[in-house]
Amino acid sequence: MNFYSLFRAPSILAILCVIVTTSFVTSCDTFLPSAPSDADVLSGTVNDLTPEQQANHAKGDTEFARVFAQADGLGPVFVAAACENCHIGDGKGHPLTFLTRFGRMENGTFNPMREQGGPQLQHRAIAGYIPETIPVGATGVTKLMAPSVTGLGFLEAVEDATILALADPDDANSDGISGVPSYIQPPDFFQPLPAHHPLNGSYIGRFGRKAGAIDLLQQTATAYHEDMGITSDFFMHDVFNPQQGVFTGDNVPDPEVGSSVVRNVVFYLRTLKAPQRRNADDPSVKTGEQAFAKIGCAGCHVPTVKTGKSEIAALNEATIHPYTDLLLHDMGAELDDKYTEGSAKTAEWRTTPLWGLGLSATAQGGRAFYLHDGRATTLLDAIKAHGGEAARSRERFNALSETEKQQLIKFLESL
Amino acid sequence: MKHVILPMLFVVFTHLSFAQEKKDSTQQQIPKQSSNGTAQEAVYRRPFITSFANTSIGGYAEANTNYFSENGISEGFSMEMRRFNIFLYSSISSRVKLLAELEFEHGAEEISLETAQIDFEIDPALTLRGGILLAPIGGYNQRHDSPLYEFVERPLVTTQIIPTTLSEIGFGAFGRFFFGDFIATYDAYIVNGLRDGVILNGEGRTFLQAGKSKEMFGESHNGVPFLTGKVALRHRKIGEIGVSYYGGVYNSFRKDGIVVDKKRSLQIAAVDFNATLAGVLIQGEVAMNSIDVPESLGELYGRKQWGGYVDIIVPVLRFAVLEYENAVLNANIRLERIDYNVGTFSSTGDNVFDDVTAIAAGVSFRPTAQTVVRANYRYHWINDLLGNATVRRAGFQVGIATYF
Repeated sequence: MNFYSLFRAPSILAILCVIVTTSFVTSCDTFLPSAPSDADVLSGTVNDLTPEQQANHAKGDTEFARVFAQADGLGPVFVAAACENCHIGDGKGHPLTFLTRFGRMENGTFNPMREQGGPQLQHRAIAGYIPETIPVGATGVTKLMAPSVTGLGFLEAVEDATILALADPDDANSDGISGVPSYIQPPDFFQPLPAHHPLNGSYIGRFGRKAGAIDLLQQTATAYHEDMGITSDFFMHDVFNPQQGVFTGDNVPDPEVGSSVVRNVVFYLRTLKAPQRRNADDPSVKTGEQAFAKIGCAGCHVPTVKTGKSEIAALNEATIHPYTDLLLHDMGAELDDKYTEGSAKTAEWRTTPLWGLGLSATAQGGRAFYLHDGRATTLLDAIKAHGGEAARSRERFNALSETEKQQLIKFLESL
Repeated sequence: MKHVILPMLFVVFTHLSFAQEKKDSTQQQIPKQSSNGTAQEAVYRRPFITSFANTSIGGYAEANTNYFSENGISEGFSMEMRRFNIFLYSSISSRVKLLAELEFEHGAEEISLETAQIDFEIDPALTLRGGILLAPIGGYNQRHDSPLYEFVERPLVTTQIIPTTLSEIGFGAFGRFFFGDFIATYDAYIVNGLRDGVILNGEGRTFLQAGKSKEMFGESHNGVPFLTGKVALRHRKIGEIGVSYYGGVYNSFRKDGIVVDKKRSLQIAAVDFNATLAGVLIQGEVAMNSIDVPESLGELYGRKQWGGYVDIIVPVLRFAVLEYENAVLNANIRLERIDYNVGTFSSTGDNVFDDVTAIAAGVSFRPTAQTVVRANYRYHWINDLLGNATVRRAGFQVGIATYF
C-alpha cells in the first residue's frame, strides 16, 4: 500500500475526522479569551440574585445596550442613541457625550428656560430636524459628564433617615462642612415608600450631579426622554427643538417604549454590583486611607453607610462603602457653573460617590476625566478644584508631604 | 411569501433538469480555488450551468457550527443553516440570458431575491444588463458563493465596509477585451442605491448594510441614481486586479418634490486582487468609504471608514479518497482589519477607534471542486469608539458548503 492509496481507506478518513472533532471540542477553553478579573471591571451583578432576578437583569442589560435608530423613535433631538453611549461598560462618560444644561437666573430664582428647549441641550438631531443651540439669555451653562452606573441599587436603598442623619445644615460641629439634602418635586409617576421623608410635598433627591432625581425610575425615564428622545409611558411626548419653529416630534407613535422596558433597565441598574476594591491591603493604600480621613475628605465622602430594607437580598440592610453622603455641598466659586436643579444652589453639588474612581479611565478611552465636567485629568487636579466646604480639606492636602499625597492618591485609585 | 415560493419551486424542480445529474462535468466548470475566471463572469461560472440548454436550476447550501467566546463569556454551541440559495438560469436565445438567485438565509428567516438579471449580448465587448444585479464593488460581492471560499465567515471588509451582498435594481453594460494572456473587463451600471439607514440606524454607527432596504428593488427613494462600476485586468496564468466604485446620494432629501434636506452622498472605492503563485492563492481587497454625515452627528457616526483582508490558501495535499480522485486539503490563513470611524475627537484630540482586527486560520477539504468542508479558528481584537480595553472574541467554526 503506497502513501496515496492509504487515503483511499475510509477508515483513515473517519479516524482523521474523530481526531479533528475531539481536538476541536477539547481545545475550546485553551484558545478562547478569558474574562478579565471581576475587580477590574465595573459591570456585573450583585450577589445572590434569584434566577428570576437574573432573568430580569439580563432583559434590562439588553435594553441598556439597545441602540435606537431613527425608525425606533430616536430624537427628533437627542444627545446619544443608547444608554451605553454614555455609560460604556457601565462606567463614566466621555466629553463626546457631555450633557449640557442651561438656564437663567431671574431675581434670585433659576429659570430652566423650558420654552426655549431647556434645561437640557439636545445637540444632535435626526434628519429633517436641526439640533438645539444654547439660547441667548442663558446665564448658567454647565457640562455634565455621565457618572458610572454601578452600585446605584445600593445608593437607592439608603433610607432618607440615614441621609438626614448625615446632614449638618448649620455646621453644628464647626468642621466647615454643612451638607444639606436636595429636595425635589416628584414627577407624577413617583410612588413614595415608607422610608421616604417628604418635606412640603418634596422628596430627597440622590441621583444626578445636583441630586435632581429621587429614585432610579425617575432618573432612567428622564434619561430615555431627555438624552435619547425616547418617549415612554412615563414621558409621553417627544422633546423637540422650539428654536426650529416646528413644534412636533418624530413620526414614530408614542410611547416609543413601554413602561416595562424602562422598569427592566431600572432593575438592571439596581442590581449592578458595587465596584470592588483593588490593592486594599497595600500598606501605602492603607496609609493613604488614613490621610483621607485625617484631612477631612471623609466629612463629605462618607466611607460607610447602611442600606435599608430591600426585596433584593444583596441590597437588604447591607453595609456599603460608597464614599458619599448623598448630600449637597457648596463647592465654592471654582465649581459654580451658575446652573442648578431642585433646591440646590448653583455652587452646590451632590457628593460624588468615589467607589469605582480607580476604574474611571477604563470607560473613558484609557485616560480619566474627573469632576462633573471632566475638567480634571488627574486626581491631583480634581482635589485642587475642590473649594467652598472642601477648601479646608484642600489646604490640609496641600500641607501633606509628597509621599503622603501619593499615598492618598493611591488610596483613591484603589477604590 | 413562503406560500407562493414553495409551490413555485416544486413546479420548477419537477419540470426542469437537475445539474447534479452531470456531476463529472462540473469539475471543469468550477475550479478548485475561487480565483479562476474573472470576477465579472463569476455569476455564470457556477457548476449548474453545464450547457446552454434552455433552462437549468441549481444552487448552493451552507451549514455551520459555531462556538465563540467574548472576554470569557460564551453562548455555547450554535448550529445554523446559513444559506440555501437556488439559482435559475435560462438561455432564452443565443444572445439573451437570464439568471436569478433566490436566497433563504438562516433557515427561512430571511428570504430574498438576490439576483434576477437579464443580459443581452451585442458583442463580448458590450453586453447590456438589467434587473436585480450584483453591484460590481470589490471582488467578493460579485463572487460571494459560499462553496468558493475556504473560510466559513466572509471577510469583515466585505460585510461591514462594503455591504455584501449588495444587490441592486439597475441597468448598464459590461464587456471584456482580450489581449494575449490578458483579459480586461469593465462594468458600469446605474442603480437605485443605498438609503437613509446608513446613519441613525440600530448599529449606532455609520453602517452601509443598514442602508439596504427591500424597497430598493421597487423604486428609488430620492430619484437620484447611484453609479457603480469596475475595471479589472486579468492575466490568465497569474490572477486579477480590479478597481471599483459605488456612490451616490443616500438620503431622502426631497419628499413629494419638496426639498427637505441637503443632498448627502456616500462613496465606496475598492481594490481587489487575486493571484496564484507557485500554487498558492493570495486574494484580498481593500475598501474605503466616505460618507457625508450631518455636522451634529459627526464622531458618533463616522465620515470615513476603511477595511481590508488578505487570504493565503495553500494546497498542502492532493490525494484520492473514497471515490474522489482529486481531493484537496488546503491550509488557510486570513488577516483582516476594519475601521468604522476614522478620525479624532474634536473635544480631546484623541483617536476615534471603533475598529476590529482579526486573524483566522484553518483547513479546508475539497473532495470535489464544488464541495468544501471547512474548519476555522478566528480571533478578533475589538476596540470600541473610545478605545477602551480591547475586547477579545475568538471561536471555532466547522462548516460544509456545496453547490448542487
